[in-house]
Amino acid sequence: MPVWTWFGLQKGRATTPWPERPGPDGQDGVLGLPRFDAARCSTAQTGCTDCVAACPASAISANAAGAVRIDYARCVGCQLCTEVCPEGAFTVSHDWAFGVRDKADLVNRGNAIVPTATPQTTNETELAQELKAFGKSLHIRHVDAGSCNGCESELQALLNPFYNLHRLGLFFTPSPRFADLLLVTGPVTAAMREPLLRTFEAMPQPRWVMAAGTCATGGGTNGGGYACHNGLDGILPVDVWLPGCPPNPAALIEALLVLLRRRPQRVHGGHHESA
Amino acid sequence: MQHCDTTRLNPAELLAAADSLLTELGDTPSAHGRMQMAYACGCADGGIEVIYVLSQGANLPYKVWRVRPQDHTLPSLANKLPLLGWYEREMMDLYGLRFEGHPEPHPLVLHEGEPREPAPLAKPFDPLATTRDYSPQPPIVPQVLGPDIQRLPFGPVRADIVESAQFLFFYIGEGILHYHPRLFYKHRAMEARFQGQPLRVGAVLAERVSGIDSVAHALAYAQAVEGAMGWRAPARARYLRVILAELERLYNHLHYLGHLSKTTTLKVGEAEGHLLEERVKQINGKLTGSRFLRGLVTPGGLRRDLDISGLDKALDAINEEIDRYLDRLESTRSHLDRLMTTGILPRQVAFDQGATGPIERASNLDRDLRRDHPYAHYAKVRFSVPVQQGGDAHARSLVRMEEIRESLAIIRQTIGRTKPGEVLRFDVMEDPDPQGEGLGWVEATRGGLLYAVHLSADRTRLLRVKIKEPSFSNWRVFPFTVEDSNMMDYAINEASFGLSIAGADR
Repeated sequence: MPVWTWFGLQKGRATTPWPERPGPDGQDGVLGLPRFDAARCSTAQTGCTDCVAACPASAISANAAGAVRIDYARCVGCQLCTEVCPEGAFTVSHDWAFGVRDKADLVNRGNAIVPTATPQTTNETELAQELKAFGKSLHIRHVDAGSCNGCESELQALLNPFYNLHRLGLFFTPSPRFADLLLVTGPVTAAMREPLLRTFEAMPQPRWVMAAGTCATGGGTNGGGYACHNGLDGILPVDVWLPGCPPNPAALIEALLVLLRRRPQRVHGGHHESA
Repeated sequence: MQHCDTTRLNPAELLAAADSLLTELGDTPSAHGRMQMAYACGCADGGIEVIYVLSQGANLPYKVWRVRPQDHTLPSLANKLPLLGWYEREMMDLYGLRFEGHPEPHPLVLHEGEPREPAPLAKPFDPLATTRDYSPQPPIVPQVLGPDIQRLPFGPVRADIVESAQFLFFYIGEGILHYHPRLFYKHRAMEARFQGQPLRVGAVLAERVSGIDSVAHALAYAQAVEGAMGWRAPARARYLRVILAELERLYNHLHYLGHLSKTTTLKVGEAEGHLLEERVKQINGKLTGSRFLRGLVTPGGLRRDLDISGLDKALDAINEEIDRYLDRLESTRSHLDRLMTTGILPRQVAFDQGATGPIERASNLDRDLRRDHPYAHYAKVRFSVPVQQGGDAHARSLVRMEEIRESLAIIRQTIGRTKPGEVLRFDVMEDPDPQGEGLGWVEATRGGLLYAVHLSADRTRLLRVKIKEPSFSNWRVFPFTVEDSNMMDYAINEASFGLSIAGADR
């Protein structure tokens, strides 16, 4: 045992200073959800719907007038649309920080005017006040409602020495009775619906819900069918939505901080701010 | 089916075929031949066919038995070939078939209380049409009468960041009398999801069956389709597939050791294992754009080329740390004390119940698909297959430690041999399968993974995809090591198996 203590001390600090101070977020080269440039899209002229046909998650649709609509809540980031688009309207990107408070912000209607902020409601100001009290100590209960285990792998990574989630005042707790946030992964299978609702019921108020991963935000490729719902819509009230397949650990941290109003939301109207 | 010797049987011949298989195998567990899986498949005439897949031996083709049930009924083979027990129960749930004489004819995939009429995969019901209502009912378990016996249902929502499943313990004091893992809370109907999809979409779906085995699933799927179509992936793609598959094994095994250290309360060992796993995932991200190495493997090769020029150097940076970590774990007495003699899996049980991968190799069954039925470019790679005799948690961790060293060596050899060239090709190089059926196999991190693929008549869409998942096999075996053990060792024993629930539930 003492050997391990010595070994641990000797290795020095492994934790990144990010996101509180400049430092690596650990996601060099990691792809996010594809970007869409409506100006390059020729669907209105040619009627091309290659992207709609290629998308395995039905995240892309086109109306009769040729306007393409992308619902990032359903996007699994498979990048097939970037491979089939003849005009290069879809391109690969590193836009993975996709956590939003209002699900409507995940829908890209291809409009030229990009909203930069979602209007605040009075409700929002109250909520922000409430959350402020939890800003430095938030306890999270995770429930796997039928994931592929990719999301769990990245959630577990949050506790490794590189991300070291505890330094941000964010903790996972085994008991829903001590939890402030219910973090749900998976599309919600028929068999997990009841245990999920009972976990939510066991949490004291005020309580919040995060839908993590595309299965939970919109079903993705795995939702629907005889065994699954299409994510948390209509099952639980969600306070922060984070698509991604799976969302990487840095995306999970950003989304948690968006919930706590410690980081600004970076996606509005389906457009990522760095696009 | 491509690469297979097929025999058509009628239901009356099935029991005799199982008997002759048992005679062929002899009394001692063989290192090679074994029943692999059984699954049902809809036929063009509206009937159902049951397909049994058997492995024969190293470099011999797989054997396939095809049987048409009469009146939705077949004799059960579970009493002769116990590992078939769960496959038959799955067909009862999803196809409404009956298996006469089954020792445990209870629901498995669809829990008690879930509606089962009509069976979701039997025609003409559309499997993806509706969500089913679910009303929970207790699982069928042995009746327990003693007043001192505790019954502990644990889950499906459990402590920590873990996958959902329920574990039922019947115990007295510390001793476990009976253990019943209730899986399939995560059943997402993944096999049904492939039906009707174009071939390239199948790879995207395969990557999402078990996220931490994305490469293995996409590769087994792609190889099955390539077999059916007569395609052969270009040399560069086959070398790169080896690199991707071994990177996947590497980060999974490092995670495994971190998690195992957690259960033996070796805190620094836990942190170090998970930090090394993170470093490999970051290497994956830089190399492929995906920490899970997704979005590359597809039928015909790879979707795009990879620049592997920096990979050698990136691995150099962690190789020595990994070596020291493994050595340190092996010289920590408190850690080894908890592993040795914990959860012993005898060789015969491992064979009969279908243990696979590091689990069977830790129980002295020397089988590895990379060596015995080489795919991708494994035939041209030199590596050894670690085998242990003990069958305990320590043996299981030793096998994985040795595999980490082998994986690093395989990647290095492969980097040196990967020549420039195309990575995707759809030319017909071999005779395509006349029925449009293919079998693909991969030695995944957790063991033998098989994909059986049936294509539509025009060979552009998928009719039926069956996945034989290693965790499905190993979850069936695991309870045999729990009964008669004690509660204190349970978490260690479970961690030493390194099971995935998403894969088993599908």
